[in-house]
Amino acid sequence: MISQNLDLLVWLTIFGAAAVTYSLRIGGLLLAGKLPKTGRFKRFMDALPGTILLSLIVPAALAAGPIGWLATLCTGLCSLKTGNVFLSMIVGIVIVAGGRLYGF
Amino acid sequence: MVLSRSQRQDLRTGFTANLVVSASVAAYGSVLGLMAAQKGLTWYQLLVMNLSVFAGSAQFVMVDMWLPPLPVAEIILAVLVINMRYLLIGASLSPLFRDTSLKHKFLFMHLVADENWAMTMARYYKGPTTTWFLLGGGLCVQAAWCFGTLLGHRLGAVITNPERYGLDFSFVAVFTALVFSFWKGRQDVLPWLVAAAVAAVSESLMPGKWYIVCGGVAGALVAALMPPKGASND
Repeated sequence: MISQNLDLLVWLTIFGAAAVTYSLRIGGLLLAGKLPKTGRFKRFMDALPGTILLSLIVPAALAAGPIGWLATLCTGLCSLKTGNVFLSMIVGIVIVAGGRLYGF
Repeated sequence: MVLSRSQRQDLRTGFTANLVVSASVAAYGSVLGLMAAQKGLTWYQLLVMNLSVFAGSAQFVMVDMWLPPLPVAEIILAVLVINMRYLLIGASLSPLFRDTSLKHKFLFMHLVADENWAMTMARYYKGPTTTWFLLGGGLCVQAAWCFGTLLGHRLGAVITNPERYGLDFSFVAVFTALVFSFWKGRQDVLPWLVAAAVAAVSESLMPGKWYIVCGGVAGALVAALMPPKGASND
């Protein structure tokens, strides 16, 4: 009974997220003529992806300790210099793994 | 539905134009698959999520928040906020969909991701482009996304001590690498500082994952309230 309920929550979460995402995709297209293309609303929407991702990172990066701070810094710099998301990701993970191997 | 020759041609061109970017989508997806396996998602739950949600950053956030008891409302709200940009992406595609039926719009919009959208818009500025090109790209990205995530999921089931390999840090690394693709220049400094500060403070004050929404909205509000670029004297 409990596991059935858990399973229901899983599907509710997935399909809820899917419904929200699809509504935004189709909504943008259908409402295209009505959305402001300049001004505050546009600036709010433009800024959102960056500020959201940043809010995700900051508390977790702060909690990761000195080796995590170094890894975050290197990942950020690598991404900024090379624009290669995958490479930058690997740099961060390798630094943390290496740091742990040597007991930091 | 029978496709005309030019529709098939555009579908194919769209697919091949997205092959290179899809390789990085698959690589990045393998990290999501790994994380999903650690969080206890089954491969078919992940597959259904890929096919139905189909949004990279949002799925990373979902998997990160995936702890029992599932915070259903927080997850859906976070997905809503992260995917707000699809309103603008959808709006920007309206010239491409000008002469299409409502059914066509409903069918084709599902497979719009950042990658094939960017590819399509770049091509649209150069010459005539159809929604079939967009769809071809979407199919390519979707295929790579499923392949990468499921492969990562298989690997994740094998690796039992992820901390040793720094994999618990992978989500910070993923988002740190991604966040700079949204950096547009000096006008972002203040909104980003505010977002970071509000996120850090609200994380210590509030339960759950609300700090993501708090920080994100606070930073974007600063961007909205600042004078537009070029209006200041500096």
